[in-house]
Amino acid sequence: MTIELKKLTKRFGSLTAVDAIDLDVGDGEVLCLLGPSGCGKTTTLRMVAGLEYATEGDIYLQGARVNDLAPRDRNVAMSFQFYALYPSLSVAENLAFPLHADGLSRAEIEQRVKRISDTLQLDKILTRTPGQLAEGEKQRVAVGRSIIRDPQCFLFDEPLSRLDVQLREEMRGEIKEVLQDLSKPTVIVTHDQLEALTMADRIAVMRDGRIEQVDTPHNVFQSPENLFVAGFIGTPQMNLLPATLTGTNGHGTADFAIAGGQSMTIEVDPRIADLAQGANVTLGIRPRNLEISHDPAPDGISTKIDIVEPMGAETLAHLSDGQHDLRLVADWRVPLSEGDQVHTRFPPGATHVFTENEQVLRSAP
Amino acid sequence: MARKYREIGKAGWGYTAITSVVGFIYFFPVLWIILTAFKTRTDALAVPPKLFFTPTLENFTSVFFRASITTGTSQATDMGLYFFNSIFIAFTSVGLALIVGTLAAYAFSRYPLRGNDTYLFIILTTRMMPPIVVIIPIFLMFRLSGLAGSYWGIILLYTAFNIPFSIWLVKSFFDELNPEIEDAARMDGASERRVFFRFCIPQILAGLSATFVFGLILTWNEFLFALLLTGVETRTVPVAMARTLGGEVGVDYGLLAAIVTLFLVPIFFVTFLLQNQLLRGVTFGTVKK
Repeated sequence: MTIELKKLTKRFGSLTAVDAIDLDVGDGEVLCLLGPSGCGKTTTLRMVAGLEYATEGDIYLQGARVNDLAPRDRNVAMSFQFYALYPSLSVAENLAFPLHADGLSRAEIEQRVKRISDTLQLDKILTRTPGQLAEGEKQRVAVGRSIIRDPQCFLFDEPLSRLDVQLREEMRGEIKEVLQDLSKPTVIVTHDQLEALTMADRIAVMRDGRIEQVDTPHNVFQSPENLFVAGFIGTPQMNLLPATLTGTNGHGTADFAIAGGQSMTIEVDPRIADLAQGANVTLGIRPRNLEISHDPAPDGISTKIDIVEPMGAETLAHLSDGQHDLRLVADWRVPLSEGDQVHTRFPPGATHVFTENEQVLRSAP
Repeated sequence: MARKYREIGKAGWGYTAITSVVGFIYFFPVLWIILTAFKTRTDALAVPPKLFFTPTLENFTSVFFRASITTGTSQATDMGLYFFNSIFIAFTSVGLALIVGTLAAYAFSRYPLRGNDTYLFIILTTRMMPPIVVIIPIFLMFRLSGLAGSYWGIILLYTAFNIPFSIWLVKSFFDELNPEIEDAARMDGASERRVFFRFCIPQILAGLSATFVFGLILTWNEFLFALLLTGVETRTVPVAMARTLGGEVGVDYGLLAAIVTLFLVPIFFVTFLLQNQLLRGVTFGTVKK
């Protein structure tokens, strides 16, 4: 374990920005801190960097407690959201700056700058100043400056948020490649789930200073542990439908009453049997898992198509049963027209059940 | 029929002409004084005023060398010393105020005290009252401490008067900077001192120039304190200028105009040298980001 956070807490006056989080990042692992703005992810990163004092808790880098070390003594590299290139220095000087503190020889510095500029294709812009660079180039220089030293770990604050869509995709690949070669523990802060899902080995989803779930991108997407993660990860957002459990029939098949008078019988997690009759739950299903048929079926509810949004290869439809809105993504060839009555179907195993305390259904403790 | 509308981004000749006229009216007193400096005594007093005349440098010579009324021989005046005093006192005190103000401004911006805004407000209140309100206590303090008439006295006083202004202005420049750059430098192994000198200061050079020039103009023209707190050796030009008024031969307007013209030169020169920085300084933050 090379980055280890134990009960790490940060309070600004009466506001608790980070609330006793535990987290560890292994060697060569890329961990993404993902969450809405103001959830404490950047504050967490800054505490690891040493730019904020931890109010409580401990930070360990390579096993050593670093709470009381100044940023420059932690041997951590960080890339900032607005790049933070030194405006009065040229690109080459920007790249070389972190090396001066290490007391390297001029030849060694030149050699390292050369190597980095070759890797990141910066050789043509080495003499320019940051003001003369395009956004993508600035990002490259910022990445270059953070990897030029041989730090214990890497921290990235919203590395791609300032780039346009095309550049973002390009840089995402590039950064991923660079990080793979480095095999150092890396923490990336982002509010962009696509960025997290594509670049991370593990994702820590944060809300209000707490970590809601830490898992692989696949698991965070496929098995969200609570309502927040379920609703936060995935675009379009997961459908969350409040329901009441009216009966269980074994093998995970259960009857639910939906507000508005409709009811359905669907196959969910077998642990549904542990819940009492009449329990209030939230049913979650991804828009891509939801199916429709024109004939009424017991495993769904009937709805009307409100809006149809073509998205190229797929079509997003907004369905309504009069009280709830459901989103459905279907292949573009499926005929969907606004105003049509359709019957939704919840396929076996595709529906997540969240209990009243917003946690996913688990075996009784 | 479609109404004609003005092309965006162009003013045209008409507006340029109107602006020139307004500008000329504002500049007229300065022009008048400069012209008078080159006139003989007769031309200076002519009614109606002469626009065309044979220029003379006689007034400028007599700023520094004047015929003695009693003996008729040419004598050096002390004006050279007074110009030196004005330059030395203004530049030193504004420079000191800028150094102290910049350090304080950085502290107020980056390491706010508890009740930071209250402190800043109190600092500003020292500039709210007209200086004449405090002239008596200050005069007494100077008399008691023996600072009256000395260079140190007037320099320290001007420094004290310029510091609040410097703190406020420079703080606003520091506030505009992206703190990420400082954080990045810290991560890259720079000490706090290096962060400040290597990365913060170069980014606000324009702002520092603007602050310097504003302070310099205020100090350069200051009259009241200079009148009461400078001695014969430390007298500044505005005070000396006032003393040339009156006397047994009446007001020598040509001489006065020559002193004023010379008095304009240093400040004009500094402003001209720093004009690009000044423009960037006063518009700092409004055009960035």
